[in-house]
Parts: sequence; structure tokens; C-alpha cells
Amino acid sequence: MSTGLEPRRGRRERIVGELRLWRPLDVAGVAAAWIVGGLLCLVAASLVLYMGYRGLQYISFDLLISRPQPGADQSETGGILDPIIGTLLIIFLATAIAVPLAVGAALWIVEYARPRWLARTVESAIEVIAGAPSIAIAIFGLAIFQLPFMSWASFAAADGGGVFGRSFIAAGSVMSLIALPSIFTTTREALQAVPGHVREASYGLGKTRWATIRRVLIPSVRPNIATGTALGMGRVAGDTAIIVLLLGATLQLQAGTEIPAIGTLQGTGSTLTSYVYNNSPTGEGNAPEKAYAAAFVLMLLIIGLNLLVSAIGRRSSSSELPR
Amino acid sequence: MLKALRRPMTDRRAERMLGASAVTVVLIIVAMIVFIAIAAWPSFQHNGLGWFGSGGDVDEQLGEMVNAGADPPPEAYHLRAWPLVYATALTTILAVGIGVVTAVLAAIFIVELAPPRVRAIVVPVVRLLAAVPSVVYGLLGILVIVPFINDNLIQEAQRESVAQVISLSGPGLLVSVILLTLMITPIMIALITDALSAVPRGWREGALALGVTRWRAVMSVSVRAIRPAIVAAAVLASARALGEAIMLSMVSGSKGFAPQPWDGLIFLFEPLRPLAATIAEQAEGIQAPALKASVYAMALVLLLSSLLLSVFGSIIRRSLRLGNAR
Repeated sequence: MSTGLEPRRGRRERIVGELRLWRPLDVAGVAAAWIVGGLLCLVAASLVLYMGYRGLQYISFDLLISRPQPGADQSETGGILDPIIGTLLIIFLATAIAVPLAVGAALWIVEYARPRWLARTVESAIEVIAGAPSIAIAIFGLAIFQLPFMSWASFAAADGGGVFGRSFIAAGSVMSLIALPSIFTTTREALQAVPGHVREASYGLGKTRWATIRRVLIPSVRPNIATGTALGMGRVAGDTAIIVLLLGATLQLQAGTEIPAIGTLQGTGSTLTSYVYNNSPTGEGNAPEKAYAAAFVLMLLIIGLNLLVSAIGRRSSSSELPR
Repeated sequence: MLKALRRPMTDRRAERMLGASAVTVVLIIVAMIVFIAIAAWPSFQHNGLGWFGSGGDVDEQLGEMVNAGADPPPEAYHLRAWPLVYATALTTILAVGIGVVTAVLAAIFIVELAPPRVRAIVVPVVRLLAAVPSVVYGLLGILVIVPFINDNLIQEAQRESVAQVISLSGPGLLVSVILLTLMITPIMIALITDALSAVPRGWREGALALGVTRWRAVMSVSVRAIRPAIVAAAVLASARALGEAIMLSMVSGSKGFAPQPWDGLIFLFEPLRPLAATIAEQAEGIQAPALKASVYAMALVLLLSSLLLSVFGSIIRRSLRLGNAR
């Protein structure tokens, strides 16, 4: 470091002068770090620019509001309305299941956590879910929803054969496992950060534990629950494996039974991710233009969710990077 | 009944209700492992540890399972999954190896080197890269990188030299590792950056006061102190890489082949197919009992390896932390 005795010079000169005293290996290290930083920006910029270019090239308002059709040529395959609805439906179902479960588990871990061994088991269980490959979770879901008594979730073959096991209900509830860890972690950390005297003040006013949780703790960690939920939604929107295995990946939303609304939930469909997968050259559709357009919409959704996370984070000043 | 619900909940009921949601999570995990293990059992029963061995063509074996129909003879369960296991291990180790070095350098850059204005760009960039869905990486891989490799990097002589065994057409090890690294590095950067910025200022300043250069101080004090976090990040990233199915099924070439390092440069272009991608592709034929058992066996292997990884990670983290007295 500089001794502080030398005359004042510009920042750049000082750094260059300092570098001259360094060992070559260290200079190489600094250079490597700068190169990596620059490369990151370069990769991200080219990715966003290329996706934006391709997306804007192929997207149109018609595409967004027309339903996909089977067709041999890209010009005949219709729009991406059904995948967009499918994605929103899956996100809604997964969050509706994951939020109560994750917040409840986090509250129990922080506020009660007795017996100890059970609390430790719960924490490692959630760690296991966070680390488990989504394809393994997906195939577990297939095993569950193909059980005979789960036929209400999808539909059974008319001749009394096996249960199909693929539906919005199946995919949505299995997807909730993907969203669970991030909601749980953010909620637990926020709850642990609530100082003990806040709880004591509430008890001192004669509130019960449950009233403290309802009226004091949950309101104070609400922004963090929102952050975790938005992060979880991002992961749900981006996951393909579960959709490919559990949603049937039909082009249009196909009701499983005759019952209105619920029939759709029991039926099959597609999301943006499975649409991209099926329309890439490896899939059955092979319509790269449509795949680019769908991927562009997906990216917009993900970026939107990320902006939401940082907007919430700025209001409650939490950590900078997601987990 | 409704009245009872509207009344403020008693503490005991509240504890039970919250406890129930926590226990549900545990039950789901237990059910997951049990279900997959039961469904996988026939495959391991017929193959023993030979399941992990090599021999024959995996793709042919999987095809015969479908052909065996609803009531398969015992020999239909025959499976030697080595190429798939090897492909999973190879892509994961290469991607995590490259990714860890990159992530540590990037984290140092973000926390120590970058001027505030540059940092304000890099942090959202990392967040964006971490959020890009894997299927988008897959799409870019198959539509942009694969044609580039096919047109520019693979020479005709190389193509002909292996023409009897495999066809080199672009998708393969190189694309898989590039995209996998791109996918997992941002997650590691996020974790390592958090740890690095949590290192107490005084520690680094102590080193600086002893006359060490700034880079040395970072490497010898900060990076040493966050070794547990680096291990944790690498473990998390390996779990992601192990389980990536869709993206790898798009760009890996989708062939049950084990790339040989001694093939020289061709090694990088040889097609492969990891376990996760195999599950995703074979899941449609799951009505055939033999194939079902094999697919669940692959899922079990993946699940247990990710479990082992997280146990391993926590053991290493604990031992390092003791050594550091942190």
C-alpha cells in the first residue's frame, strides 16, 4: 500500500504505481477478476440483446391472443395464448399451495420449534427439497398422481385402465415444492431478525402468542414473504422438467372432465417453458420463430418478477443478491 | 363449526396448526424417497451393482424395455447405465470446476475491486443471469452455439474418423458444459458475494497493516475465511447441475455414449446423455414396467447423490468452521 508520504497523485497513477510493486501472479489475479467481471456483463448483454432482437422480430399482438394450432409449417401453428394462460395458472396454483405451507413451517420453526429433533428434521427436509433435482421431484409426482385414488386430480381412462396422472392440479401442486424453499428461507430469516423485545412488548400488552403472530410478526415480515414468493414464482415459471412430465404438454388447454373450470384444472395444457422445449429443433414442433417469441415473453415475465423483488427489497432494504 | 373458526385461535391450536404444516413438509420428503425407492427396486433387484457398470448399448437396452410390453420377462430389466452415470458426473464436475474459479474471481471483483458505478451494473447482471430459465439457455444453445460448433469447429477429418460409432453434428460435451457453467455460476456468485461482504473489515485491514498488498490480503484473509461458503456454493451448484434435465436433453446430443478423454479434441464434440435428461426423455414410455423401474432407478440415483452432496457439504462446512474458530 502507499505510505501516504508521497505527493498527491491521481487515483489511476497511484494504482499503476502500486501495481508495479506487485508480484506478476497477483497482477494476473487482479486482471483475471476484471476479465471475469467484464465477461459476465458481456454474456448477459449479448443474451438479452439477442433474445430481445429475436423476440421483437417474431412477436406480434396476434401471436399473443391466438391459440396454438397443430400444423406442419411455422406459419400455421397459431399463437401462444394457451401457454401464457398455462404459465399463469401454474404459478397461481403453486404459490397458493406453497405460501401457507412455507410461512406456517417458518413460523413454527422460529416461534415454537419444539421438540428440537423435529425442528432439525424439518429444516433438513427443506434443505433436501431445495437441493433435490426437479426431475426427481417430477417423477415422484407422476408416481403419486397415477395412484388409483388420485383419479380426481386428473382423469382415468374410460375403460377402467390406469389414471393418466397429468393435469394442472398435479403439476401445480408438485411445482409448489419448487417455490417452497425460497419462501421458507426468506420468511425464517426475517422472523429471526425481528428483535425479541418486540414480541415481549406484545406479550406485555396481554396478547397471546397466536395474536402476536397474527398482529405483530406476520405484518412485519410481509415484505420478506413477498420477496420469497416472487423469487419462488420465478423458479416456477422457469421450470420445465415438471411441466414436461406432469402437464401432458398438449398444445391447447384440454379439459379433463366435463365440469366447467374444475375440468380445466383436471385437464392438460402447456406452459411457455414446455412450449419453447417442444418447438425447439429437438422437440416435435420445430418452429424456432415461435420458440423465440415464447422465450422472449418468458424472459419478460422473469425480468418483471426480478424487478418486483428488487422493488420490494429497496423498500425494506434487504440483501442485494438473491439466494 | 364456522363460529369456532372465527373465534381467535387458542395458542395450543395455533401451535398444532403451524406444526402440522412443518410436519407435512417432512412427510412429503419421506414419501418422495420411499415412493421412488419402491418403484426403482425391480431394476436394482435384477441388475445388482452391475447397474452402474458398462456393457452393451444403453439406448438399445432401454428400447428393448419398451418392446417387452406390459408383462416383461426378467431379462428385459437388463441395464448397464454406466454411460449415463458417467455423463452426469463428467458434465457436473467440469461445470462446477470451471464455475467455482469463475465465481470466486467474480465475487472478489464485485466486493473488492469494482468501483461503485461498475458494481451497480454487475450486481443486477448476476441476478438476471441467475434467473434466466434453463430452457432459454437450451434454446440458444441448440439454435446458436450448436450450429456454430458444427460449422466452424468440427473438421471433416474428425467427423469421418468416428463415423462408424457416432455422428458429430454439434451437440455434445462442449455445448453442455458451456451452458451448464453459465447456468450454475451466477448462483455461486450470489452466495460467495454474500459471504465475502460479510467478512469483518478489521480482518482485512489487519493484513493490510502488516504491509501485504490488497490482492494478497483478499486472497489470504477473506477468501480463506469464506471457504465454508465456497464449499456450500459448490455443493448447491452441483445439485443443480446433476438435476438439469431439459436443457441438457436439448444440447447434449442425446446419445447413450461415454466420451473418451483420450480421443483428443474430438472428446469435446462427442455426444452424451446424462441421467436427468434420460429420465425426461423416457418418461413418456413409462407404462412399460421394465422401463418404469429403470427410470425410477435413475431418479433414485440422482436423488441420493444430491442428498449425499448436501450431507457432505454440511460436514465439510462444519470441519472448516472449527479450524477457523469462527
